[in-house]
Amino acid sequence: MRRYRIRKDESCISCMRCARECSFGAITEGEGRTLVFHHGKCTDCQRCVSFCPTGAIYVTEDGNHFRSNSVFMEDDIREIMLQAETGGVLLSSMGAERGNVPIYFDRMLLNASQVTNPSIDPLREPMETAVFLGRRPEGIERDSDGRIADNLPPHLELSTPIMFSAMSYGAISLNVHRALAEAAAQLGTYWNTGEGGLHESLYPFKANTIVQVASGRFGVHGTYLNAASAIEIKIGQGAKPGIGGHLTGKKIIGDVSRTRMVPEGMDAISPAPHHDIYSIEDLAQLVMSLKEATGYMKPVIVKVAAVHNIAPIASGIARSGADIISIDGFRGGTGAAPKRLRDNVGIPIELAIAAVDQRLREERIRDRVSVIASGGIRNSADAVKAIALGADAVSIGTAALCALGCHICASCHTGRCAWGLATQDPALMERLDPEKGAARLVNLVNAWTREIKEIMGGMGINSIEALRGNRLALRGVDLNSKELEILGIRYAGE
Amino acid sequence: MKVLDIRKNGLRSIGRQLGEETTLTGCLGERYIGCALQEGILHVEGTPGNALASYLDGGTVLVDGNAQDAAADTMNAGLLAIKGSAGDALAYGMRGGRVYVLGDAGYRAGVHMKAYEDRKSILVIGGKAGSFLGEYLAGGIIIVLGLGHEGERITGYFCGNGMYAGTIYLRTDQTPLNLSDKLLKRDVDTREKESVLRPIITDFASAFSIPAEKCLEGSFIAIEADGSKSYSQLYAAV
Repeated sequence: MRRYRIRKDESCISCMRCARECSFGAITEGEGRTLVFHHGKCTDCQRCVSFCPTGAIYVTEDGNHFRSNSVFMEDDIREIMLQAETGGVLLSSMGAERGNVPIYFDRMLLNASQVTNPSIDPLREPMETAVFLGRRPEGIERDSDGRIADNLPPHLELSTPIMFSAMSYGAISLNVHRALAEAAAQLGTYWNTGEGGLHESLYPFKANTIVQVASGRFGVHGTYLNAASAIEIKIGQGAKPGIGGHLTGKKIIGDVSRTRMVPEGMDAISPAPHHDIYSIEDLAQLVMSLKEATGYMKPVIVKVAAVHNIAPIASGIARSGADIISIDGFRGGTGAAPKRLRDNVGIPIELAIAAVDQRLREERIRDRVSVIASGGIRNSADAVKAIALGADAVSIGTAALCALGCHICASCHTGRCAWGLATQDPALMERLDPEKGAARLVNLVNAWTREIKEIMGGMGINSIEALRGNRLALRGVDLNSKELEILGIRYAGE
Repeated sequence: MKVLDIRKNGLRSIGRQLGEETTLTGCLGERYIGCALQEGILHVEGTPGNALASYLDGGTVLVDGNAQDAAADTMNAGLLAIKGSAGDALAYGMRGGRVYVLGDAGYRAGVHMKAYEDRKSILVIGGKAGSFLGEYLAGGIIIVLGLGHEGERITGYFCGNGMYAGTIYLRTDQTPLNLSDKLLKRDVDTREKESVLRPIITDFASAFSIPAEKCLEGSFIAIEADGSKSYSQLYAAV
């Protein structure tokens, strides 16, 4: 199944660097310092290209293509052949990539002030990007002396509306967790452990950590719950709504085993549902029991995948006692998911956020919860649009990994990540310096935050709070009237 | 012994650590009693509500009457002993400690129980268990004694479905209904009964002051995952 072709030109100095960097066995050293290319093993991760000191290496799409057919595309044929050969369920990683589902972010345009209202220059005027996530008090309470009583439920305070998505230790390396934690601390935002537990060395990052409780309940105990600022109950994830997880025993080694509290070499299965949650009432019970266990000091987040009935589901979650709903869209990434699910199940985050925000407003419970949007947020404009559609904040996973070196070769499930991210191989893990990684993440989020300020300033808006759910800031292009209705926006020119 | 009235003193009065043995009286369905209790002994009088002793983390919770749903959810360590029966989803995702129920357990008892190093979750049900007992079992031991139900079926449908580690012991000679073909059933020999079951069942019996010998009478069967038949999906990486 050759997909890429590796070539080199005459500037190659036979330093063998590419062979050392390739973790997929696509470039090996032959006899007498010669390079041997195994094109079929290449994932186009670009590691060799990036590290070649003379720029001699090229990885390109293989020029040999199947006869073109407008129904059976090349990938369709390749996959049929693979399945005919193996009988296996297609396994992939990262987010959905079939181009037939629109990316609505690209079909929405932002507004700017002209004449009738002044725009704001964020370099010279105050611009508020802080966001508070959690339940708002339903009313003002006063004590017996008439003073306003503090009835504010626990909140998360973010200095920017960008946080890091849940990625578990096991799916990604400890160095990635370290980089995310360090960056979150420097930025004043949050990172999320995912369901694989929290390595003890990261307990000091409590003020910027969100811990996850998933159906496997791996590594969940009192200390873990209290080592975070918020607890997230993971019901589903955008890349694979409705199914559980399976971390193979091969990856349950050393600290991964200790952190998940699963014996070395044994598979870690996350059942598809939480078998103690079969209803909103059951969810409410888990939410409240987590609050009980942590003294009502931390907000509880419920993370769900964006699916068809997301609006009523969100309404149920808002009524369950949860403080924050995290919605992961169709394009959300993963370390491993069956390809057919990844590419066919769920709905785009843009439609989900708009529908949820609308529904919660109609039911007058929007202030009971904050909403986090994730699943394919690629840049600051996507973040601004998600907030304008009704999200309080966004969270980024794939984009954060890209900042750490990921080139989206979608080979996470192999555990051989050449960039040292989605791997537990000690030699590969070392390729990421957590300090340098954190610095890059900080740069990325700071850059986005600057852009968000600039975009908001252009619209004459000076706080995220004023942008949230402000759909007048958006206009659609190339959308039909139903899409406009669900997004709650007007067509460009209207 | 300290006595607290849940109506008067409230749930909050229990706290996480109990200095002395404490009795909580007047329970009428209050949820989260003994949640995340780290040490001390709590006697619960009346009928506690859902999520009793969830995240129990080393403490001891003794219940006079019945428990409801989701008792011992995600329990980490300690002892929960229930003199009556327990509702559904008992000991879900439990990782360590002991849960003893003298009466029956509802559906989904012991789902995804685990074991890790010195932590080994143990669930003993004196009476019968409902369907889906020990599904996804990932470690630890479940024992169903069927006391007073000799000769009857003591488990429901889908016993142990999806389990991949740990052992379910049943005091019966009858194979559970529709037992998955990915599980193995074997008879428990005297040596295993003496070395594995006797210590646990003796402890169980002493918790309720009943004779251990009666609980050990007759034959036991064990259900375990068939190592040769994995539940893992056959994948082809693209």
